Amino acid sequence: MEKLEVKNLNHHFGFTEILRDINFTLSKGKILSIVGPSGGGKTTLLHLCSGLLDVEEGSITNTFDSSSFAFQEGRLLPWKNVIDNIALGLLAKGKNKSISTQKAKEIALKFGLEEEDFLKFPKDLSGGMKQRVSFARALVVKPSLLFLDEPFSALDIGLKKELQTHLIEISKEENISILFITHDIMEAIRLSDEILLLKADPGHIAKKFSYALTQEKRDDRFVYEESAKILQDKDIIETFELNTLELK
Amino acid sequence: MKFILKILKNLPAYLWSGWGAIASILLFIAFWDIGNQIYGNLVLPSPLETFKTLYAMLHSQDVWEQIDITLYRASVGFGLSLLFGSVLGLIAGFFATASMMSRPVVTILVGMPPIAWIVLAMIWFGMGDETVIFTILVASFPIIFVGALQGTRTLDGDLKEMADSFHLPWHMKFIDVYFPHIFSYIFPAWVSGLGMAWKIVIMAELLATSDGLGASLAVARSQLDTPTALALVVIMIGSLMFIEYIILEPIKREVELWRS
Repeated sequence: MEKLEVKNLNHHFGFTEILRDINFTLSKGKILSIVGPSGGGKTTLLHLCSGLLDVEEGSITNTFDSSSFAFQEGRLLPWKNVIDNIALGLLAKGKNKSISTQKAKEIALKFGLEEEDFLKFPKDLSGGMKQRVSFARALVVKPSLLFLDEPFSALDIGLKKELQTHLIEISKEENISILFITHDIMEAIRLSDEILLLKADPGHIAKKFSYALTQEKRDDRFVYEESAKILQDKDIIETFELNTLELK
Repeated sequence: MKFILKILKNLPAYLWSGWGAIASILLFIAFWDIGNQIYGNLVLPSPLETFKTLYAMLHSQDVWEQIDITLYRASVGFGLSLLFGSVLGLIAGFFATASMMSRPVVTILVGMPPIAWIVLAMIWFGMGDETVIFTILVASFPIIFVGALQGTRTLDGDLKEMADSFHLPWHMKFIDVYFPHIFSYIFPAWVSGLGMAWKIVIMAELLATSDGLGASLAVARSQLDTPTALALVVIMIGSLMFIEYIILEPIKREVELWRS
C-alpha cells in the first residue's frame, strides 16, 4: 500500500526552529490538508515532503510511485505556450512529443481551457487560466500523490469552486492522494479527509480533524456548518489569533 | 530548421513594416541635401554625389579588398569577445564570488576609453591585425560579459523549484528553463557588442593600420576627398543596418515572442 509517512520531523533554518515534532500519515486515495496561519512553516513542511528540501531530523517515507506539484502562483514557463507548459512533465518522463501534446490537449479541455488558448503564452492568460494550466500540468502525468501549495488562494469564489470540483472528480477517478496546504478553512473542509492544524513558532501540529462524509456529498450547507463549528474550536481560535481581533 | 523557416516566413511582413524607417532615412537624406546647398561641396557633398562615388567605389576591386580586411578583423574580434564574454559571463553568473570579483574588472574595462587601448595595443602589438582585433576584444567583451552575467544571476528560483518538482532531466532543465531566460539577456548584449565592434574596428584601423576601411578613411581625409569619406561612412552604416535589421532583429522577434 502506497503511503507518505512523516515521523518525528524537526527542521531549522540556521538557528530558527521552523518545525517541531511533526507526525502524520497520508494513505492511498486520501486528501490531507495542513491548515495554519501564514509564516507557520506550511510551505517548508510541504517542500520537505515533496523532496524539494532535504530532511535534517526525523524521517519522511514516501512509497508513492510518482508525485507532482501545483504551486500557488502557477509557475508556468513564460516562453512556452499553454500546451507545451502542460506537456512539460510528460516530456520529463521521456514520453514522446506527439503523445505528450495529445494528452496535454485532452486534459486542457477537461480543465476548461479552449482550443484558441492552446498557443497563447502565459503573459496573455488571466490568473485563473494560469492556475488551470498549472493544475493540468500537475495532473497530466497521472501522479499517485499530488502536492498542492495554496493553489486556489488567488482565485475568485466561482473559479475556486470549479477547480475544486475538477480536482475532487479527478482524484476519485484516478485514486490520487493529495497533500494540500492552505490558510482557508472552508476550502480545507470542502476537500479533506483529514485536516492538520499547524500552529506557528515553531510549527507543530496542534490538532487533527477528520471528516468521514465523501467529498461529492459535501454541499455548501455542510461546508458552512462545519466551518462555523470549527471556528468555535479553542485551538483554531488560538492558532489564528482570532480572539485578539474582536471589535471593541 | 523549423525555426529558421518560421523566421523566413515572417520576414516579408517584417520588411513591409519597414516603410516608416525608410521614410525617416529619406527625410534625413533631404536634410543632408539642404546642408549641401548651404555649405557647399567641399564641406558636405550632396547625397547624389556621395552615392555616385559609392557606386563607382563598389565597382572597384580594391575597395572590396579593403572591406574584406575590415570584415575579417571585425569578425575575429567580435567572435572572440562573443566566445569569451558569453562563456566567462555564464561561469561568473553561476558563482556568487566570481560575479562579485568580476564587477570591478568590468568597470575598469568599460570605463577605459577605447582610444587608450589602441595606444597600448600599438605599443604591444605594433601596427597590424592584432592591434585592431585586441582593441575590439577589450571593447566589446565587457558588454557581452555583463549580459551573460546578468542573465545567469537573475534566473528565477521559483522556476528552478518547479523544474525540480517535475524531475526534469538536466538537458531539459537547461534547454527549457535556463536557456530562454539567459538568451533574453545575452542576445541584446551580442547586438550591442557587435555595434561596438564595428565602430571600434574603423577607429583602430584609422590609427593603427595601413589597410582596411578605416585606413581608407584616413587617406580620404588627408586628400580632403570628402565624397569618398562620406561614401565610406555610408558603407559602414549600411552594413551595420543590414546586419542589425535584416538578420538580427527578425531572429530576436521570433525568439522573444513570449515577451512583449
